[in-house]
Amino acid sequence: MQNYTLSINGKSQDVTASEDMPLLWVLRDLLDMKGTKFGCGQALCGACTVHLDGEAVRSCSLPISQVGSGKITTIEGLSETGDHPLQKAWVDHVVPQCGYCQSGQIMNAAAFLAKNPSPSESQIESAMEGNLCRCGTYNRIKDAILTASKSL
Amino acid sequence: MMPKLPFLKKHASTSLSTGSSTFNPVDRSEIFRASRRDFLKIGSLAAGGFVLGVNFQCSGPKGELITFAPNVFVSIGSDNIVTILAHRSEMGTGIRTSLPMIVADELGADWSKVKIMQAEGDEDKYGNQNTDGSFSVRMFYEPMKKAGATARHMLMQAAATEWGVAPSECDTEASHVVLKGSSKKIPFGDLVSQIQTMEIPKPESLVMKDFSSYKLVGTDVPIFDAKDIAMGKAKFGADVSLPNMLIAVVQRSPVVGAKVVSYKDENALAISGVKKVVKIDGPGLPAGLDQPLEGIAVLAENTWAAIKGSQALEIEWDLGPNQTYNSANQLQEMLKSTSSSGTVKRERGNFNQAKSSSGKIIEKTYLAPFYAHATVEPPAAIADVKADGSAEIWAPSQHPQWARGAVAGVLGVDVSKVRLNVTLLGGGFGRKSKPDYVVEAALLSKAAGVPVRVQWTRECDLHHDYYHSQSAQRIVATLDGAGNLTGWNHHTVFPAIGAGLDAAPPSDGELDLGCRDFPYDVPNIKIEAHETTAHTRVGWLRSVSNIHHAFAICTMLDEIAETRGIDPIDQALQLLGEDKDITFAGEMVGDYGNYGEKIEDFPWSTARMKKVIQTVAEKSNWKQNLSAGKAMGFAAHRSFLTYVACVVMVENDAAGNLIIPEVHYVVDCGIGVNTDRIRSQFEGGAQFATSLAMTSAITFENGKVQQNNFDTYKIIRMPQSPKKIHVHIVPSMEKPTGVGEPPVPPFIPALANAIYKLSGKRNYELPFKA
Ligand code: FES
Ligand code: FES
Repeated sequence: MQNYTLSINGKSQDVTASEDMPLLWVLRDLLDMKGTKFGCGQALCGACTVHLDGEAVRSCSLPISQVGSGKITTIEGLSETGDHPLQKAWVDHVVPQCGYCQSGQIMNAAAFLAKNPSPSESQIESAMEGNLCRCGTYNRIKDAILTASKSL
Repeated sequence: MMPKLPFLKKHASTSLSTGSSTFNPVDRSEIFRASRRDFLKIGSLAAGGFVLGVNFQCSGPKGELITFAPNVFVSIGSDNIVTILAHRSEMGTGIRTSLPMIVADELGADWSKVKIMQAEGDEDKYGNQNTDGSFSVRMFYEPMKKAGATARHMLMQAAATEWGVAPSECDTEASHVVLKGSSKKIPFGDLVSQIQTMEIPKPESLVMKDFSSYKLVGTDVPIFDAKDIAMGKAKFGADVSLPNMLIAVVQRSPVVGAKVVSYKDENALAISGVKKVVKIDGPGLPAGLDQPLEGIAVLAENTWAAIKGSQALEIEWDLGPNQTYNSANQLQEMLKSTSSSGTVKRERGNFNQAKSSSGKIIEKTYLAPFYAHATVEPPAAIADVKADGSAEIWAPSQHPQWARGAVAGVLGVDVSKVRLNVTLLGGGFGRKSKPDYVVEAALLSKAAGVPVRVQWTRECDLHHDYYHSQSAQRIVATLDGAGNLTGWNHHTVFPAIGAGLDAAPPSDGELDLGCRDFPYDVPNIKIEAHETTAHTRVGWLRSVSNIHHAFAICTMLDEIAETRGIDPIDQALQLLGEDKDITFAGEMVGDYGNYGEKIEDFPWSTARMKKVIQTVAEKSNWKQNLSAGKAMGFAAHRSFLTYVACVVMVENDAAGNLIIPEVHYVVDCGIGVNTDRIRSQFEGGAQFATSLAMTSAITFENGKVQQNNFDTYKIIRMPQSPKKIHVHIVPSMEKPTGVGEPPVPPFIPALANAIYKLSGKRNYELPFKA
């Protein structure tokens, strides 16, 4: 077991964990931050996506020992009141069905839009390829990202 | 012999898809004044609130009426807030929003002042809460209207007295009673004390609002949870955490029926955070539908330690009779069996005679694999079993009563000692109607003496699902000299839900899902079922056996049309014949299930089917000349009492990959309650069906599932997903029917038919090879 100081959503958090513990479980189990979801544990579904220094990463496959001083942003930290352009677009397009994959979708899309504020449809498709949605909300996710890109 | 499924009998509704005619639409409902205490047991209520309860009566397995205590509460608070207790699990269909919409609309409530709460799983209180089978809106439309109308009448009565006018001069609007033709209005909240003592109006005296005055029903209403979900605040199964809770990850029998011979847990216990190792005794064979598989659970302070601990276990298994099972071999044997005669399940005319005198015979076979549900949220449940045997459960359950009963059963306590809270479901599709994972949590909490969350990994989920059955079908069609379709002989075989090692044919109920109810005017029809065995747990997946039945029937029809030199849409309209209600009278062996509804109430209407087909031809511009490299395919199918026609367009991209640029759905689901959620179900249904058609399959070798995670059990991703999905909802005043499952069946054959037109290659096997 090791002590770590993490920077999460602008706050510094001290945790004690084994060094191979993925960030996902640090967030969910040790810090009780349940917005980040578990779907596969193998970087195959994107449900656990968070930002590390602005990059979308799969927290299920990122051991805590590799986080270092990187700045982590989770869905809880994307905006205070749910007014990030993507969150607003998600509500406007009523994207969610079951909703389970959506934290990961939004976090992935947010990191992508930050780099590419006016993407084409096919750029969106490739950027979002790592995020599965079994309910099949892909069309609305794409529309919501396009809407958000216009309001950036 | 089929194994006994005692629980299914008790909880009749689970048999929706297993086929017996025992599930229970609402027959009658009764509105009454509920006590404040009743309501407070469930949630908070503004001071001085007025509460209506709705009692439902459902048909039991033998047709007897079963009355449930209040299923639904509607309260009006002095703060003018209307609270509606929704009693359906939310798994993505938006039902938690749709049912309250009906109440609110009839009541004339301001939607922004409506609060929705979720009921816990308590059958005695709420009636059956199973959210399978697309029947929530169908069952509850009328009772919901009645609840709203009752409260509305009372409020209008109270206001009328106040104003000294007749109640008929009043109306309700935006949570106020208004005096027609004036600007006078009173907020509902100010009338609460007057209606507290008022008698509940007789149902006969209720005048329902005209559909045209509805403001919510028939429109797009955003779902209740959208913002919470977008902020990561919505609570799913695994999101509940309790003090002192341990997390359990289980290694389950790798082969269904396997038993633990011995195990070593030293290495697991040596992992920091691991607290305990507990054996779960499974039933062996038959595996049942509501019991856990045998396994060894590692309980730890956090999920990661539990996962590592479970990997460190060394277990010696007695694998039992399923260890030699190979699904590919079984599929070939099943296919072979379809060339002999099976048990006749429906007969019209004389097929054999038609065959011997036919001008042409077309005979084709169809194969489909096992599918896993693969909800992105793997099963998880939390149990807190107290020393006195009582338990509180949190679970993403599609069937809370079943889960509650199963938990009470294994704990050996009365069901009243089990409280079950339903969380949001991260996808259900039928998987989370089974309570096995909930039972695991209860057993483990009892053994550990602390609250336990059982957490399935993706590998657990894919290895230990209740799979959609693999299937083999053979269809023989005969044409006479003039090219008329004169005979239809459909053979079908697949391991039945609840089947085991004894050979059994699919149940009638499974055959009623898109096979026996073949609606076309063919003079000679013979439907035959064949026996096979089940070597895994079989369950129901979004639209159940409609998936493979519609695939075979609708691709075969396309092939027949081609042989006849006729357009497939023209053929479908021709074969449906004149407008009529089909009853299948005298043709079915045994009763036709009709999704649990009487055929008189929900007839098989060729008129409604023809309408959706004609509309899809129009909307998709079916007869257009497509540019080279594009093609369209068509299919139509009725399931869960809803009529759907579908046209799928395909093309190859520059790299030669198949793209689905456009899909047109036309749906007649009766009155469309929340049109946005109807569209979203069809959009999602097309995506779901694309995975079934193109990418997903579960296979078994030596009794073990070969797929481990999303790299080998593939779900389509955004680049492969159909690009534009147009959903046209036929305006209808018929009773509302389901929309969760009906999008899936016609999509797959429509896609197959489109691919054939593009490539000249027919696909007879799912998932498509090319
Ligand atoms: S849980 Fe991390 S990618 Fe699936
Ligand atoms: S909304 Fe259910 S998995 Fe995406």
